[in-house]
Amino acid sequence: MSKKIIPIGPYHPIQEEPEFFKLYVEGETVVDIDIEVGYNHRGIEKLSESKMFEQSIFLVERICGICSTSHPFACVNALEDLAGIELTDRTKYIRSIIGELERIHSHYLWLGLAGHFLGYNTVWMWSWKYREPILDILEEITGNRNHYSMMKVGGVRRDIKQEQIPLIDKMLDEVQKANDLFRGAVMDDPVIHARTKGVGVLKNEEAIDYGALGPIARASGYAIDVRKDDPYAAYDMVDWNICVLPEGDIFAKLVVRILEVYESIKIIRQCLSKLKNSSSVFDLNIKDIPPGEGIGRHEAPRGEVFHYFRSDGSNRPVRHKVRAPSFMNVPTNKAAVIGCSVSDATITLAAVDPCYCCTERVLAYDKKSHTQLYSASDLIKLSQEKTARLRKEL
Amino acid sequence: MITERVIDELNKKLSGKIKNLFRKNDRRLYVDIDKKDIVESARILYQEFKARFSIATGLDTFKGIEILYHFSLDRQGGIFISLRVLIEDKNNPEIESLSGLFKASEWIEREIYEMLGVNFKGHPELKRLLLADDWPEGKYPLRKDFVSEKGLPENE
Repeated sequence: MSKKIIPIGPYHPIQEEPEFFKLYVEGETVVDIDIEVGYNHRGIEKLSESKMFEQSIFLVERICGICSTSHPFACVNALEDLAGIELTDRTKYIRSIIGELERIHSHYLWLGLAGHFLGYNTVWMWSWKYREPILDILEEITGNRNHYSMMKVGGVRRDIKQEQIPLIDKMLDEVQKANDLFRGAVMDDPVIHARTKGVGVLKNEEAIDYGALGPIARASGYAIDVRKDDPYAAYDMVDWNICVLPEGDIFAKLVVRILEVYESIKIIRQCLSKLKNSSSVFDLNIKDIPPGEGIGRHEAPRGEVFHYFRSDGSNRPVRHKVRAPSFMNVPTNKAAVIGCSVSDATITLAAVDPCYCCTERVLAYDKKSHTQLYSASDLIKLSQEKTARLRKEL
Repeated sequence: MITERVIDELNKKLSGKIKNLFRKNDRRLYVDIDKKDIVESARILYQEFKARFSIATGLDTFKGIEILYHFSLDRQGGIFISLRVLIEDKNNPEIESLSGLFKASEWIEREIYEMLGVNFKGHPELKRLLLADDWPEGKYPLRKDFVSEKGLPENE
């Protein structure tokens, strides 16, 4: 049987991270994959060297549109590590609340896409519906639905006022109910089990070898979470658990993310109740960054974000290194997708959640004759048809 | 204290390799080593300390190209160990690749290769990761002497 190539990507208008996957298929089975990135390389690290420290924080906020507080969070962690700044409790609580609200809406965004790829458009509509109130609350607190600009060295830009707390509480109740619904939808549906269990497996040792991060690692039984391991902000002042599952398949990745939403709600509730009794200082007004080196980490929805700063005592960094979690997670596709069928490849590649929606650009064509085999929407249809078929059989 | 224990263990297991050990704070250690010892030191951290390779940072300094290999001791107090290596020859920088130990280093070595021009010996696929195909050879954007007006591909 001859080997065919299915190119996926690189551009898609909905999501901000173009990637190019070249799937090598024999019949229906994926036998190899090439990954190419760099279509969206904006030279942020170089650009940051010409910015002042406080400008760098705004700059890195523009790296990602979905988890837009992850980079500034890690960035201020790095600068505070460099300067040895001890924060007030109020700052820590507010930062954790913002970080966790973002985790919930980011996981719901992924859940919606995963539902769509599997042919569960109801899940897609619902999860994006319940994502909306979270964005509204973020707007209420920060002034922006996205790109909150909350982080600054030594503090946060805005306080959470006493009268806002009941609003957030009410929204969390709604989200909790919605999450029960999603958990039920995933756990009890035999078709989702059939589509995702044992599919796209990333084994534990592969996760360690590739240095996988975040939910991808935790779904492969690799219990790492920066919030627990290297606690920052308020994560060591509240009670919560890491969600770990050993299977490493798509189902585990689904369940880990849904369970993490419960933990996020738990963290936010505790932070809110402690906020009532904490001192009112939320910003230390730090101006100068001394010479030295600093490393900051933050557990973003997709895994550990890493920032490194070197300062020579001037107001600009000598070097600013940024590492997003997808940098480590995307290569794991090489381990997960090989051996899958083409109809499972869509959800397997999407399960990494690399801000990925290049799928509608998918084309399959014969390498020699360049005739098109599958068009963009055909591949999603293929995936959805498999679900429909399974639904009938069960 | 867990940090003291890790430092003791580092001194024992990396004995003779450590040129300088700087304790920035309880969770950040910087270990200067010679570039010939990098693969063995990384192996000890990865296999014996069970550290996770987080990422590497390449810098252009006055003394040469500096590479920091960041390792995280995740379940041991979150201690972050950065192995610091200096490659003095800026015209032809070379260092052994870590890709024989773990796949996690493959992409970042490709990135440092294109951004700073470091040749990683033994890398299975040392080609560009992020830069465009028509980016001129021998121009390394993260070098301090790089001037962005010169030698860039023309806009279409």
